[in-house]
Amino acid sequence: MQVFHRSTNVLSRFTIFGGLFVVAGLVYGLYLVNSSPYVTQQGVAKEQPIQFSHKHHAGELGIDCRYCHTTVEKLAYAGMPATKTCMNCHSQIWTNSEFLEPVRRSWRTDESIEWTKVYDLPQYVYFNHSIHVNKGVGCETCHGRVDLMNVLWQKPTMQMQWCLDCHRQPEKYLRPRQFIFSMDYQPPSDQLDLGRKLKEEYDVHTRVTCSACHR
Amino acid sequence: MSTERASVRRALRARGLLVGVLLLPALLAGCRQDMQDQPKYDADQASSFFPDGRANRPLVPGTVVHGSFHENTAYYEGKENGQPVAVPPVKLTPQLLARGQERFDIYCSPCHDRTGSGNGMIVQRGLRRPPSFHIQRLREAPAGYYFDVITNGFGIMLNYRAQVPVDDRWAIIAYIRALQLSQNATIGDVPADQRAALDQGAAGH
Repeated sequence: MQVFHRSTNVLSRFTIFGGLFVVAGLVYGLYLVNSSPYVTQQGVAKEQPIQFSHKHHAGELGIDCRYCHTTVEKLAYAGMPATKTCMNCHSQIWTNSEFLEPVRRSWRTDESIEWTKVYDLPQYVYFNHSIHVNKGVGCETCHGRVDLMNVLWQKPTMQMQWCLDCHRQPEKYLRPRQFIFSMDYQPPSDQLDLGRKLKEEYDVHTRVTCSACHR
Repeated sequence: MSTERASVRRALRARGLLVGVLLLPALLAGCRQDMQDQPKYDADQASSFFPDGRANRPLVPGTVVHGSFHENTAYYEGKENGQPVAVPPVKLTPQLLARGQERFDIYCSPCHDRTGSGNGMIVQRGLRRPPSFHIQRLREAPAGYYFDVITNGFGIMLNYRAQVPVDDRWAIIAYIRALQLSQNATIGDVPADQRAALDQGAAGH
């Protein structure tokens, strides 16, 4: 028995064909969600227990990154400053500031200040700061203009695709060593030429094997 | 009868599928965290295990780090027989001075400024002004004195022993000596063949 008229065949073909688009759309939608700031936290300013401003300290006062992040040239971990580092200056200036009470409390009680991690890598990634800053990758390349940020946010997506972009072609981002800690460095128009030269000079290799980052 | 049971079964299956679909995101959320957050500690991580809430463990009092017992007190304490050493116990090289300049600019210049006159940015923002490195007393102070101040602090200056390792302290001290020379130099101190370069520098500004 014929329930549907022959002309509905077109409709059913169209539906099957359209279904593919729905599936593709769903996959693409998932991809979009997965690369959205909701998942990656890219560009999401993180509130901290203290209203510390990198813009003020690194930008306006011109304090070098390494004054606080002392191990960035030697260890995998750039280092969070101890409360004592804050007190180097703040035992003397802004001593009555309400904003700094959590710092003074930490200093008095020896309890840690619980900062919120902004660049939070999964623990299966063995990222090492020292090799990057010693081989021509500037702080600003990954962390952005920290000297202009009151509250820090994550500049890149921090997804593997982003890591690999540079790991495949480091010459796109390398800069001379004297500018590693400069915030306002502008890459030259012949960046690729410079990058290739620095790659040679600093003995930088493309690193795209799994075990380069995962162990 | 059998068709009725089949339709019930179908309905149950449909509901199961629906529940499955609804639970799918929960499964997805659950499936990656084990590797993301492994049962190990990173530096400075919080810990619910230790009473002080830190993963970093404090050193037991009296701990001597392996390889850190040094009989060379001149190098590691800046003192010899209890007296501060007069000159840095290191070989002075252009590399050492360059390193010293870099470290001085990072850790000292916020207060002492880049010339060592004591008018750094933090001083301009209200910190009590430290003495200039170019006063007579500090020009005559032995190198070991600077080592002691960096290591243990002085007056309102807290110590910098955690931020500046021993090697860098001597590099900084060597550079302070260079700064002191530079502020009291005459044209006679410039090698004759480099005086022309000075003039060019002045013209450039």
